Amino acid sequence: MADFYFNLPLWFRLLVQGFAVIMVVFPIAGFCSLAERKVSAWIQGRPGPNRALPVFIAWVPVLGPFLQRLGIFHFMADGGKMLFKEDSLPGHVNKFYFILAPIVAMMPALTTVTTVPFGAYLDAAGQVIPLGLARVDIGLLAVFAVSSLGVYSLILAGWASNSKYPFLGGVRASAQLISYELAMTLSVVPVFLWINSPGMPGTMSLARAVEFQSLPGFFGGAWFIFIMPVAALIFLVSLFAETNRHPFDMAEGEADLVGGFHTEYGAFKWGLFFVAEYAHMLIGSGVFTLLFLGGWNPLPWVTLAQFAALLHVAQLPLVVGLLSIGIFLGKVIALIFFFMWVRWTVPRFRYDQVMKLGWQKLLPLAIANLIAYAIGIAVIQK
Amino acid sequence: MAVIPLERKPLSFAERTYLPAIASGLKTTLKHLFAPNITMEYPEQRPAIPPGYRGVPTLVKDPHGREKCVSCQLCEFVCPPKAIRITPGEIPADAPERAHVEKGPQAFDIDMLRCIYCGLCQEVCPEEAIFLQNQYSMTGYTREEMVNHKDRLYELGGTLPDEHFKWDKKLDAEKHGNAH
Amino acid sequence: MAQLLFNLFAVFTLVTAAGVVLNKNVVNAAMCLLLTLVGVAGLFVALNAYLLAFILLLVYAGAVVALFLFIIMLLDTKGDQRPGLKHLSLIARAIALALVAGGVVSFFVRSRLPEPSLGATPALGAELKLYAYQLFTTYLLPVQVIGFLLLIAMLGVIVLSKKFDGLEDIK
Repeated sequence: MADFYFNLPLWFRLLVQGFAVIMVVFPIAGFCSLAERKVSAWIQGRPGPNRALPVFIAWVPVLGPFLQRLGIFHFMADGGKMLFKEDSLPGHVNKFYFILAPIVAMMPALTTVTTVPFGAYLDAAGQVIPLGLARVDIGLLAVFAVSSLGVYSLILAGWASNSKYPFLGGVRASAQLISYELAMTLSVVPVFLWINSPGMPGTMSLARAVEFQSLPGFFGGAWFIFIMPVAALIFLVSLFAETNRHPFDMAEGEADLVGGFHTEYGAFKWGLFFVAEYAHMLIGSGVFTLLFLGGWNPLPWVTLAQFAALLHVAQLPLVVGLLSIGIFLGKVIALIFFFMWVRWTVPRFRYDQVMKLGWQKLLPLAIANLIAYAIGIAVIQK
Repeated sequence: MAVIPLERKPLSFAERTYLPAIASGLKTTLKHLFAPNITMEYPEQRPAIPPGYRGVPTLVKDPHGREKCVSCQLCEFVCPPKAIRITPGEIPADAPERAHVEKGPQAFDIDMLRCIYCGLCQEVCPEEAIFLQNQYSMTGYTREEMVNHKDRLYELGGTLPDEHFKWDKKLDAEKHGNAH
Repeated sequence: MAQLLFNLFAVFTLVTAAGVVLNKNVVNAAMCLLLTLVGVAGLFVALNAYLLAFILLLVYAGAVVALFLFIIMLLDTKGDQRPGLKHLSLIARAIALALVAGGVVSFFVRSRLPEPSLGATPALGAELKLYAYQLFTTYLLPVQVIGFLLLIAMLGVIVLSKKFDGLEDIK
């Protein structure tokens, strides 16, 4: 099976992998939007969307009504609505950049997925081999570099709309994203100081970070969130800011900016912005899981290999692979739930508070954290 | 009124990090996540209408099934948005029980696009014939549909208990010779 | 394949770079600059210098051009408001052109580039560490000097842009 796949021509494999990315990211992002509606409803004491029911499911006795109550099919209804709505193009916009902006939003979102390893399997020798579409050695740097290009979609959307509220949204978004990128990048440096111990080849690989969280021993098995809580906190807060989520969604800010940068957008172009936002959340949560939550290890101090041995499936690479993907996706979904949970807990910051938090609190904290861990790691790994 | 200046306590370090507040907020929202829904799922579940509710104005009949309205047109006169139109008609003499009432509405239209549900018609009616009852949902696709005609008004109103039977008493009095 | 990609990216970079210079609309020019940087990053990738490519994307494409656009939007500059050519600027252009031409000519005529030996190219994983090691040993002084320069530039911007109440304090 695997041999057959690797014997296919390269361009065909790349095409398949590219389609796989789109076919995975789009539905998950769609389901995230549904989950967003549902979680929001539950937190607000509402039942949430629970009406849509396709004819062929209505015949299924118990499951059909249950799925209907869960609102699963609103995902299709929403998508269909986005697709078939009139896609209006306001007369006052710069058409080229107006249409380009949602496309630019999707590109980094879909590209970064390829560099995030999402699972692992055990080979014949019992070695953990990570699964991923592109095995780039500078993994995290690639994620940061490409996802930082996402800011252009917001700037272009705001500018091309040629209207004051989207413009303000675009300006805010660009300033905010650049501000928090610094703290975010600095906060993960301790992790890579820790995993680039002397005598090892230097790496920025995300899979390597997981490998370091599945070592034997107390410090080896601990997830990095326990070893570096401050770094994890800074990374998480910056992640909220980078993905434009509450309480940092200054770029949208419907209370003061109507709809923010996408005020003038509708139909599928608007939908693309949201798929991109959810894809960014997905990738951000994935990176956080890999760096701080042990990746595909089921529990702290319990590695995937031990877990597979416990279930007597260590000899079956396919089962272990699916298991690890399940564990990883479970953690990512839990994090996405956390995003939604925070959305309904913390009120939106004022813009000056966002800037103050980024530059005056998080950045010095990240630098202090880096220096402290650099000294600590130098002492420990001497 | 004495003004008591309160010294605001300086925030502790934990409070200034903002994190305990977020944690307690998360706890609150998590509690709400598992709390039962308070939403009424409308078309399936209907709200209980409190007594004294002023819904759509309707015409009622007395317990014997006779129409109470005598088309005095007081409601038409009092109606602030002029939603009511009454065409008075005579009660035919071949109904001996009702002949002394003399008048009844030939047509009775209430334009629900004009009605403001003020209840003045109910208040002014000397016959207790028009009531704002529990009906709260008036919908229609055309303007014409939103005008309630007489038969529709009686259908909506139904029969309400009556304590007076005013016209029966009058008839009795007439028969026994002490009409005023 | 690699040669084809390299040529493709080279042409792309040159075309978009020309776009930066020739575009009258400032936003178009900034977007062309972004594409140029992406093209250069592609060239680096074609040369197996992944680290350099992604740092270029992260710093220049991700932050610097975004700031350019930010400033353009903040100043709300209109395109096609070019002041007419003055004599001084004409002379300056001529000198600049002569310098560039001289540089290119001397590069082709006089330069001695060491022949690259493919065997000596370090492996990818080692490159990251090597790069960092070089930064902190051989090139420590230039890094420090540039860092200091940037710090001074930043302080200068703060002093210039911030309105101080009592200017005597900083004097």
